[in-house]
Amino acid sequence: MPGQRVFLHSRTLPVRMVAPSLKLQDLIEEIRGAKTQAQEREVIQKECAHIRASFRDGDPVHRHRQLAKLLYVHMLGYPAHFGQMECLKLIASSRFTDKRVGYLGAMLLLDERHDAHLLITNSIKNDLSQGIQPVQGLALCTLSTMGSAEMCRDLAPEVEKLLLQPSPYVRKKAILTAVHMIRKVPELSSVFLPPCVHLLHERHHGKAVGLPILCFSSVDRRIENRMGTPAHRRRVAHTHRHTRNRLSCPWPPPFTSPTLTPGILLGTITLITELCERSPAALKHFRKVVPQLVQILRTLVTTGYSTEHSISGVSDPFLQVQILRLLRILGRNHEESSETMNDLLAQVATNTDTSRNAGNAVLFETVLTIMDIHSAAGLRVLAVNILGRFLLNSDRNIRYVALTSLLRLVQSDHSAVQRHRPTVVDCLQETDASLSRRALELSLALVNSSNVRAMMQELQAFLESCPPDLRADCASGILLAAERFAPTKRWHIDTILHVLTTAGTHVRDDAVANLTQLIGGAQELHAYSVRRLYNALAEDISQQPLVQVAAWCIGEYGDLLLEGNCEEIEPLQVDEEEVLALLEKVLQSHMSLPATRGYALTALMKLSTRLQGDNNRIRQVVSIYRSCLDVELQQRAVEYDTLFRKYDHMRAAILEKMPLVERDGPQADEEAKQSKEAAQLSEAAPAPTESQASQLLDLLDLLDRASGDAQHPPPLDPSPGGALVYLLDLPCAPPPPAPIPDLKVFEREGVQLNLSFIRPPENPALLLITITATNSSEGDVTNFICQAAVPKSLQLQLQAPSGNTVPARGGLPITQLFRILNPNKAPLRLKLRLTYNHFHQSVQEIFEVNNLPVESWQ
Amino acid sequence: YASLYFCCAIEDQDNELITLEIIHRYVELLDKYFGSVCELDIIFNFEKAYFILDEFLLGGEVQETSKKNVLKAIEQADLLQEEAETPRSVLEEIGLT
Repeated sequence: MPGQRVFLHSRTLPVRMVAPSLKLQDLIEEIRGAKTQAQEREVIQKECAHIRASFRDGDPVHRHRQLAKLLYVHMLGYPAHFGQMECLKLIASSRFTDKRVGYLGAMLLLDERHDAHLLITNSIKNDLSQGIQPVQGLALCTLSTMGSAEMCRDLAPEVEKLLLQPSPYVRKKAILTAVHMIRKVPELSSVFLPPCVHLLHERHHGKAVGLPILCFSSVDRRIENRMGTPAHRRRVAHTHRHTRNRLSCPWPPPFTSPTLTPGILLGTITLITELCERSPAALKHFRKVVPQLVQILRTLVTTGYSTEHSISGVSDPFLQVQILRLLRILGRNHEESSETMNDLLAQVATNTDTSRNAGNAVLFETVLTIMDIHSAAGLRVLAVNILGRFLLNSDRNIRYVALTSLLRLVQSDHSAVQRHRPTVVDCLQETDASLSRRALELSLALVNSSNVRAMMQELQAFLESCPPDLRADCASGILLAAERFAPTKRWHIDTILHVLTTAGTHVRDDAVANLTQLIGGAQELHAYSVRRLYNALAEDISQQPLVQVAAWCIGEYGDLLLEGNCEEIEPLQVDEEEVLALLEKVLQSHMSLPATRGYALTALMKLSTRLQGDNNRIRQVVSIYRSCLDVELQQRAVEYDTLFRKYDHMRAAILEKMPLVERDGPQADEEAKQSKEAAQLSEAAPAPTESQASQLLDLLDLLDRASGDAQHPPPLDPSPGGALVYLLDLPCAPPPPAPIPDLKVFEREGVQLNLSFIRPPENPALLLITITATNSSEGDVTNFICQAAVPKSLQLQLQAPSGNTVPARGGLPITQLFRILNPNKAPLRLKLRLTYNHFHQSVQEIFEVNNLPVESWQ
Repeated sequence: YASLYFCCAIEDQDNELITLEIIHRYVELLDKYFGSVCELDIIFNFEKAYFILDEFLLGGEVQETSKKNVLKAIEQADLLQEEAETPRSVLEEIGLT
């Protein structure tokens, strides 16, 4: 054995005058014998000193040994740059041992970032042309490992020559070196493209004699330039015979050694793949060899060549995978090529033995290819099913690739992947972190409206047991899916509640806002929500988002909580004092964030109007917090306390139940919504836009059409002021201000609300709305309060109503004035909230006013 | 593989499973060459491990899929190396260099 021979050498060495330098093995032994880091460093430093001295002395005999030792030391992480020049000397030596170590040193020590590496270019050139195959192999290997762009450019001609050498050993290395060269210098594609097809054809030379020569080129430069045109291709094939004799390079012998040719085929396929990935022209060119590739792969799969190339019954899986990869690139976005491959892919997919990894590797590559080309639908389903089978494989690696691939496919082939949903969900239980993470991602992607309930159950179960780093993703995934597919509001609220109790600390910041928004909007579920939240809060006040939502809810709907009956869950008798005690507990707990405390304090304050008892307890708490160190809390407490003391009469109104808060979307979104509404309102219906300027342009259209003028609207100035100027420039005068008609907005059991609009001419931004509440019923309307809300860009001022009672049978109506400032002429939207008592019942109505006349805001 | 661990860096479009096969093939080559390869074999003969790798992969791509051919190439190179060294060692033995 080679290793043993070296030891024999060392024993026969005579004793010399100079201390013999250590053999590599001895050095390694010594280093490994060192007990501490410091000892190792010492040994290495001593030896490096010897090595440096030896290099200085220029001892050619042992240079290779010294370098070998240096390389070992380098592998351990110690500096070895002083060996770089020695590599060059060794490479230049004629001894094979020297070259071998020298080239290895070059690959390990020389770096294309330092100019020194260029010095080996000449040596490589010499070695490439001197004809000893192992030496040529070394040179090619080094070139393809560390060859920089300059080196590649310089040596491209040599490598090109070697592509046509008789020796397959050198040729296969030259081909792969060409691959590296193209990666470094893409322009060299043109040099290496011509030999490719020839090399491809050469594989079949020994076997399929009758195979059609598809597109044939030679190294002859004249022919090379005319490649690709069909007419000349025929001529090329014809003149091939003539040029053959004139070529300087020896033509490959008709029958190459069959056992070595597959290496060339593999290299050629790799080279073609690289060319096609880099150049669209090459891609187009090589699409023509798709049938040939299909044939090669088919032969490989059905008959194979020899056992020495196969792994566990699969013929040459490396070659198969490489061919499949090339087919993928050629078939991508190309109907014709894809069609040619369909049958073959189906054949490979069904016939490959999957008991071992080699077969699965080929199968996996087939799946990737099927999914990337224009394959038939049936084939795609087959591919997804293969991936589904992979998910059940006992080998973790195979499950991993299946999950990653399915993730890539879930958008494009959703229904096919859905079929494997149960298996995917099972993968959530994986112990391996990277597998369970991908299973989670995939499961979330598979949730849809029909499976949402079942999936949510699984995911929530997973949330309870999943590792902490996945909790946040799982929680937000569940919340997102719930938002998109919730079958009922109650289910949605339950789901969010469950997530908050299980993983409250991991949810996103806007979960609280979303939940309050959701609950606020589901009026029928207020009682249910507040009860459930109260119970959850009573159990655990540590999960901040949950506490915040619960506090808010209790504050808002505390009265419902105390009512005692709710059909959805068991009746719960809750005492006022208990509720207050709970909120105080939250307020005082060290676990509560400042924001949470804020929520709790405000909730307490709201309860002062919801609960029946006297408010002493609440007042006490509020006044305590007036001197709280937290500025936010202090401010709140002071304001609330003032509310108690000086503005008690307003307290009820201020602490009323909140109207539904508009979802906080981006400003542009809201403007788009507003303009959409405006489009519905106005007769000319301008298209919904986001910018003010385009809205004004639409106005111009309106005016143009109104006056029958065929003039084009003037070019748009983005600033609103500018557009207004154009507005005034139009020859047609804007229509005179007409009185805006009244609008009846509300009617219920004889109680009616009307709006009337006035636009004072001296202030175009101002709109005055007078609401009039009339009562034609038999019962009085008492405690009438009207509140209003407008979009953010408008300003609203409510003046005091004339009263809050409308007597029955057409008694004196209540009037109230709204002042709305609309300087930007934004479309007007108005939301009203009415509360009053009628027929001994309290009535509350919230609605948006539709059909607002356009003149009220234009 | 007993006490041996291998680490391989691939691009994102590469087939992971075939990479496993590549690693496995390399171990088999080492095994055949050293006879039941273990950690120490690679440590003490690291340059051989490199040479074997260079006959199997080139520029990051598989160059030869036949185990036999790779081992044959190594054998030939080793032979060439010994032919170069043998005359020298004889001379060294009799003290002439």
